[in-house]
Order: sequence, then C-alpha cells, then structure tokens
Amino acid sequence: MADVALPVQSVSAVSTPSSRAKALDRLRMGDVGFRILTRAAAITVLVLLGAVIVSLIEGSLPALRAFGLNFLVEERWNPVTEKFGALAPIYGTLVTSVIAMAIAVPLGLLIAVFLTELCPKWLRRPIGIAIELLAGIPSIIYGIWGLFMFAPFLQQTLQPFLITVFGPVPGLSALFEGPPYGIGVLTAGLILAIMVLPFITSISRDVFDAVPPVLKEAAYGVGCTTWEVVRYVVVPYTRVGVIGGVMLGLGRALGETMAVTFVIGNAHRISVSILAPGTTISATIANEFTEAVGDLYTSSLIALGLILFVITFIVLAAARYMLLRIERRVG
Amino acid sequence: MNKLYAARRRRNQIAMGLSLAATLVGLGWLVLILGALLWQGFSGLSLAVFTEMTPPPGSAGGLLNPIMGSLILTILAVLIGTPIGILAGTYMAEYGRYDRLTFIVRFINDILLSAPSIVVGLFIYEVMVAPMGHFSGLAGAVALAVIVIPVVVRTTEDMLLLVPNPLREAATALGTPRAVVIRQVCYRAARAGMLTGVLLAVARISGETAPLLFTALNNQFWSLDLNAPISSLPVVIFQFALSPYSDWQKLAWTGALIITLAVLALSIIARALAATRTES
Repeated sequence: MADVALPVQSVSAVSTPSSRAKALDRLRMGDVGFRILTRAAAITVLVLLGAVIVSLIEGSLPALRAFGLNFLVEERWNPVTEKFGALAPIYGTLVTSVIAMAIAVPLGLLIAVFLTELCPKWLRRPIGIAIELLAGIPSIIYGIWGLFMFAPFLQQTLQPFLITVFGPVPGLSALFEGPPYGIGVLTAGLILAIMVLPFITSISRDVFDAVPPVLKEAAYGVGCTTWEVVRYVVVPYTRVGVIGGVMLGLGRALGETMAVTFVIGNAHRISVSILAPGTTISATIANEFTEAVGDLYTSSLIALGLILFVITFIVLAAARYMLLRIERRVG
Repeated sequence: MNKLYAARRRRNQIAMGLSLAATLVGLGWLVLILGALLWQGFSGLSLAVFTEMTPPPGSAGGLLNPIMGSLILTILAVLIGTPIGILAGTYMAEYGRYDRLTFIVRFINDILLSAPSIVVGLFIYEVMVAPMGHFSGLAGAVALAVIVIPVVVRTTEDMLLLVPNPLREAATALGTPRAVVIRQVCYRAARAGMLTGVLLAVARISGETAPLLFTALNNQFWSLDLNAPISSLPVVIFQFALSPYSDWQKLAWTGALIITLAVLALSIIARALAATRTES
C-alpha cells in the first residue's frame, strides 16, 4: 500500500485541465508539507536528547575544569571552601538502587508468576491493574508517605530488630551500626523497591505471557510441577526480556528524585551502615540547586546531573536492547 | 521415587505460596499508601482548600494558587508537547515505518521515556532559566512538555500501527493523498488510543515535582504571570511537608490526596478508553 501513485482520474469534480492540475498540485504540496512536518517532529526527539547532553556538558564544564576526574572519586562536598566531589552521592545512588533491586526483583518476578500461572483468569486484569497503579502514584506521594508513615514505622520495628539480630554478628554488624533514625539509606532503598516493583512485574508478566503454550504444555505433559515449568521452561525462554525489565526498573531507581529526597536524610558522607543517613545524586540536586551560590557550586550540581544521566542512559539503553532482542524472537 | 515426588510437590507448594504472598504484599502496599492518604488528607478536605491562598505558617488557608498553577502548567505543557509528539509518532508509523530514522528515534524516545525527570529540570534551567535570568512558569511548562513528548510519541506510534492496512488501501484507492489518508482515516481510527496517550501524559506530569523545582520554582501569592515564578501543587507539597509547621503539613497531605485522586482517575479513564478500543 505504501507507494501507490496518485491517480489523476480520481479528482473528477474539477472541470478544466488547468484547474485540475492546480488542485492536484495543492494536494501534492500538502502531502509533501505534512511529510516534512512529521519528519521534523521525529527529528525533534533526537535533537532533544542531543540538547540535553550538550547543555549538561556545557553547564558542568567549570566544575570539570576545576576538579578534573578527581570529581568522581572525591568524597568531600564543601560549599564553603568550594571543594566538591561526587563520590558520596554516587555511592548513595548505587547503594539505594542495589537495595531496591534486591527486594523488587524477586518480589516482582513472583507476582508475575502468580499472575501468569496461578491466578484465575477473571482476577488477572484487576490485580494487574492494581499493581500498575503503584506506578501511577506520583513520586512525591511516596515521599510524603515514606517520611510520615513508613520511616517512623521502620524506626520502631524493623531497624531495632536488624540491630539486635545482626549487631553481634561479626562482619554484618557494621552494616547495621548506629541508632535507628527511621530515615536513611535503607528506608530510601525500600521505598524505591515499592516504586520499581510495578515496572518489573508488568514487563515480566508480558514476556512470560509470550512463551508459546506448546512449550509449557509439553513440560506439564511429562509431569513437571508448576514451579518446574516456570523454573526450567518459562524463565530460560524469557531470560533476556526479564533482564531487560529489571534494567528498566534499575534505570528508574537510579534517577528517582522526590521520594528519595524525603527519606534519605541528605548527609554528604559515605557510611558503611545502611541505617545511617546518606544522599543520592538526584536528592543532592533537588535539595541544593536553588540555594547554590557561585558558579562552581551550580556547575558541580549540573556535573552530578550529567553523571546521573550517563549512568541511566547506559542502563536504559542496555534494557531496551535486551527487550528488543526478545521482541524479535517472539515476533 | 515416592519421596522424590513428595519433595517436588513440596517445593512447588512453597514456590506457589511465595508467589501468592508476593502478590499480597504488592497489593498491601497500594492499600497502605492509599489508606494513609485518605486517612491523613480527607479530614483537611474542605471548600477553603479550593478557594483560599496558601497561608503563612500558623494560620488557615487553602491551596488555590498551587492548584491553579498546576492546571496552567499542565495544560500549557500538553499544548506544547502533544502536537510534536503526535507528528513524530505519525512519521514513525506512517511515512517512515521501516526507516533507519524511525528505528533510532524509537530507541532514543524509549530512553527519554524513562530518563530521570530531574535531569530535564537541569536541562531547562540551562537553556531557559539561566539565559532569561529568572525562574518562570513558562520554563516549568516547557520542562513538563519535554516529559509529555516521549509518552505521546510512543502511544501515537503504537496506536497508528494497530490501524488495519486495508483502511489505508481503501482510502488510497479512492485517490486520497497520503496526508489526507492519515488525517482523515488513520487518526480517526486511532483516536481513542491517541487520547489515552495524552491522558497518560497528563497523569504523568501532574505529579511531577523534580523538573519544576528550579524552573517554575514556587510562588506564595496569586500569580498567573507566565514570565514569573508560579506555584504548583507538587512543589508546595514538597515545601509544606518538609516544614516544621503542623498546619502546613496537613495541607501537604490534603494536596497529596488531591493529586493522587486526580492521577488515579486519569489513568483509570485512560485504561477504560484503551479497553473500548481493543474490544470494538
């Protein structure tokens, strides 16, 4: 259908040959114009990404010039003496994301298994939608809930429990050192886990659903249990897609701002204990950007943004690439 | 043999029990969060919230200016972002379905779709706020528009790809130019789905805080001037929730409830729309 030439006979309402040609010309011009317009819009999307990268690099130049690559490995963050290093926020970003993924991945996969294998048909849609609504709740809501409800709850229950259980264990005790503040790295990680859960669940469910029924039926036919079917047929078949979904969730967790800003405590230091307050790249920017005085301070914050963008770009690109691979196999 | 069978059955039961438990935990979070919102926010819900300005600490007031600000920013962002998104999606699904350009744009668009929104704020700060020398509502709207575009591009492309080819062939056989086929036939067939995309985009941006923090900033007073800082609901929630004043915190909860109800309503409407499209 793509390239059918415009048949001249079809515009029969026009009487004289010259006015007919004119009308045709107008239509053709309109067609070309619309094509150019849409193409320009598509290119705008590319330009947008380019502009984001260029403006971030330009904005972070003063900081990069002043600190060089040292910026990445320097822990100090001192607005008074104008010495800035990104190590503490980078560390916080990575640790909170690792905690989030450690919880959300098994949970999300199990929910996907439930939705595709166990759940009665009529319940699948409602439960699926309910889980996806978790993704629809704005992140600031997670923040306010985390600060006023979840953090006090953790302070009174989970954190003292962790301290008493792991306190005497050598090696692990350092991880759970210090008083239970409620807010801190662990709380941020837990909130992030809830936030990325729906992404992991919905993508895993979709790729699980794409497994050809014949494969599963064959496995059931030789006497496999549901768990064995999932473990030895569904998961190996969909591995690439599941990893893609997990990376997509990771991309979200790395860049999440508001929820983390509320509950992480905003302390520019690296502590081994996950109960201690810390900071992430996005939380640092959100907290300090409007108050930043001096070009170097602002520029250092933009440099943080650049680092965050580069990290998430790599993770998301890898995720999309993997999802593309499984799409090709299924399609 | 029997022992092995029992062990396999047990393992299966444990795994399935865990997956049921995981689902309950997931649903439990949703109930907990919505419950807390209703519990904390509902009591503050009154007419004054919608008719009065944000108060100084210690006195009563409402959320009129942030609600108005959020509405303006959202509408403006959709007005800027939707046309670009729909046109780009149109190119990808109609003119350049098998292009290299389409492939690249799709890939980049998917990345923009989940890029951290705070980076978008930094970007707009660099290209609009810094050159103009001041924060402005317009910059906030553009920042939100940058978030709208990838959502609309994605849904427009997906929905246009669902339009059956015989429709296009029939229209083309009548001599209709390509552009007219797209606008009069394809857009009509995909209308519900494209509208869903716009609604999802609205749902997405109406709760966005990070890109507004240093573009639209905040404004304690009534202001509709797009060239000046403008108040918005998410930013006010952020500011009020982290303040030490209990009446500000209460207003923050009420604002949070309003946003969440609006966003959830939007996404449910969008889903219902999408469902009617697939059934018909």
